[in-house]
Amino acid sequence: MSDSYIFRYAAIMVILVAAVLSAVAMFLKPAQDKNVAVARMRAILASANVEATAENAIELFDKYILEEEVISPEGDVVAIYKNGKLEKGDVRAFDINLKEELYNKGKGKEYILPLYLANVDGKKYYIFPLQGRGLWGQIYGNLAVEEDLNTVGGSMFGHDKETPGLGAEIELPPFESQFIGKKIFDDKGNFTSIKVLKGASKILTGDQLVHGVDAISGGTITSNGVSAMIQSNLENYLNYIKKQKQL
Amino acid sequence: METKEKESLFSAKNRKLIFNPLNLDNPITVQVLGICSALAVTAKLKPAFVMALSVTVVTAFSNLVISAMRNGIPPRIRIIVQLTVVAALVIVVDQLLKAYVYDVSRQLSVFVGLIITNCILMGRLEAFAMSNKPWQSFLDGIGNGLGYSWILIAMGIVREFFGSGTLWGYPVMPQFMYDLGYKNNGLIILPPMALILVGTIIWIQRSKSRELIDKS
Repeated sequence: MSDSYIFRYAAIMVILVAAVLSAVAMFLKPAQDKNVAVARMRAILASANVEATAENAIELFDKYILEEEVISPEGDVVAIYKNGKLEKGDVRAFDINLKEELYNKGKGKEYILPLYLANVDGKKYYIFPLQGRGLWGQIYGNLAVEEDLNTVGGSMFGHDKETPGLGAEIELPPFESQFIGKKIFDDKGNFTSIKVLKGASKILTGDQLVHGVDAISGGTITSNGVSAMIQSNLENYLNYIKKQKQL
Repeated sequence: METKEKESLFSAKNRKLIFNPLNLDNPITVQVLGICSALAVTAKLKPAFVMALSVTVVTAFSNLVISAMRNGIPPRIRIIVQLTVVAALVIVVDQLLKAYVYDVSRQLSVFVGLIITNCILMGRLEAFAMSNKPWQSFLDGIGNGLGYSWILIAMGIVREFFGSGTLWGYPVMPQFMYDLGYKNNGLIILPPMALILVGTIIWIQRSKSRELIDKS
């Protein structure tokens, strides 16, 4: 067989395969997008200690998430989405791509931040979405803080490709449940964040104990990533938290 | 001119294509191919089943497509052509899983993508589809897919039952067993135990079919 036949054969095959794959991807996109949205709703609910399934996630999200707010870095609420409609501004917090916003921040451009207000059986939570870097890829999560804007009520972490059995443990309850009851500010009102440290329960003493949780052995870089993620993401909301506390 | 004899769709020879890989020519226990995914996705029954189904579909259709194309494929780029067809089918399967069984697709994570490099596929394409008619190749693909499938599903059942006390996510281990002090076996969920389980299946199979045992 001649070389030109091989080239023609390869070219035609590649074009055909590309066309078929694009068609499939376009056709399935709506269903996939919905799955991703439902997974995010479940993650947000999970941080407020609501166990949702793929079937009832949308329903529970409507029930428990009272308000979606969009926050400016100065701490002002620029948009509110409530009861299925926008009450203020023109963006819904759920539609914000946090990764893009943080990228804009890094570039020194303007950015906005999403925030969810939940009410789970009388308990009010501020849910802060988090976005950061682990060892192999991105990690993300949601941190639910109680009405005092200090005590953590729950957390949920996820990852794309951390090492199974090591870094990947961050998405499991033994790690996540450590955050409940921890505090992000000290007694004087200084921001301390929550540190993920090796042997935190041993090396931290006295009043420091409420600002740290145990890291995962063998998952040091992922643990450090979680620590840095919480610190850097919460810092963006400090102006907002300050303003809320003055109210 | 040779008279074309019309072979029935499920002649004895064609049936052999399906049933041989289930036992005497099993891809996992006899050809020892596709072990990696067999160890990784069988901790629970549901992902094992979805993985088995995906591999069967991809094997069958890549065999069919390659066999239909076999007279036109330039020999010098045949591996690339095979790989392209397999990769395209795997991407389609991956997209379908993401659209319709999102949770399972998260659990299977990289292993769906890795079907592309599953040795069973390339092995069957090279050994069978390149030199046989489409229908026979399709059956060969289904047979080998099923041979892979039943091992995965058997392992999924054993590992989920003893490891988590559930099947397909539903609790089946009766509560009184736990009350009597029974505990789920955490070891069986880990990959090493999966390897031992495959070994056990191979052992049972060889003790039943003596012809599989190497003479040396």
